[in-house]
Amino acid sequence: MNLDHVERDEGGLSWMDDEGLSATPKPLAQIRMVRTLEQELALIERVCTGETRLFYELISPYKRSVYVAAFSVLQNEADAEEVAQEAFLKAFANLSSFRREAKFSTWLIQIAVNEARTKRRKDRKALYESTDETDPEEEEGDYCPKDLADWRETPAETLQRTELRRALRNAIASLHPAHREVFMMRDVENLSIAETAEVLEISPALVKTRLLRARLKLRDALAPGIDGAWSVCDGSWKKVRPW
Amino acid sequence: MAVIEISCREVWREVSNYIDNAVDPELCERMEEHFKGCEHCTAVLDGTRNVVRLVGDGRVFDMPAGFGDRLKAHLAQKLGS
Repeated sequence: MNLDHVERDEGGLSWMDDEGLSATPKPLAQIRMVRTLEQELALIERVCTGETRLFYELISPYKRSVYVAAFSVLQNEADAEEVAQEAFLKAFANLSSFRREAKFSTWLIQIAVNEARTKRRKDRKALYESTDETDPEEEEGDYCPKDLADWRETPAETLQRTELRRALRNAIASLHPAHREVFMMRDVENLSIAETAEVLEISPALVKTRLLRARLKLRDALAPGIDGAWSVCDGSWKKVRPW
Repeated sequence: MAVIEISCREVWREVSNYIDNAVDPELCERMEEHFKGCEHCTAVLDGTRNVVRLVGDGRVFDMPAGFGDRLKAHLAQKLGS
């Protein structure tokens, strides 16, 4: 993923004024960047009754979530974008069946995950990557974290550095698909344990098991120690070995 | 009353739940007591928590440039709106 050419989302917010959802963004002083559950349900109702033009406005706050859900399964930008587009079309086609007591965002993410898994199954790459629900590693007992150096620095500033973000993405990509999907839903999409279980159609206990393993493996991959530390070298941040 | 000791292995098994504030108060107290005297488990906790903070930042996974425009055009074409 090229971080120099990325699109920021609206952080889960939508352009609104006192008259409801507006077709075009208004100056900041004139808008309230909020959308209540009631307003979202009203918007869904309007789309269901024929106001198709409002669909993009409805799903706009969730573009990133749906894209990330597809990416978590496919690990390819182009494939994730294609699947995200198809997931939104599928959501439109099935909007009338959306259960109002569920969270719209979770419903969208679940569609995206299912679409992405379908594509992965069709993809030849699936021949080389297990997608089984059962992960043999989970039957081998506890995962023992490596004895690495302490990593107490607050990572907020270091995340500004492209190198660390790239290392983080690579480490996530190297996880077993079953662990990666759980980690992405829980820690990137910020779904709850129950929502993650619902989206991935596994038990909450299995979510916790896979989440633990994913987090510990990522810590092992990224913490200073065996593979060096994050330091400033020649004006840029690089992972350097201690020897 | 003395806190019942907990092993490193038990701490590793629960460290993810601990970060999520999903362990019961009694276990939480035992783990915190363990962290006071175990540098390795403290390093595991700090590092794991850093991973969660890093990805929770939101900048690690962004949409490709132009994603929204292409999505809007795709929907308009398919939905005729």
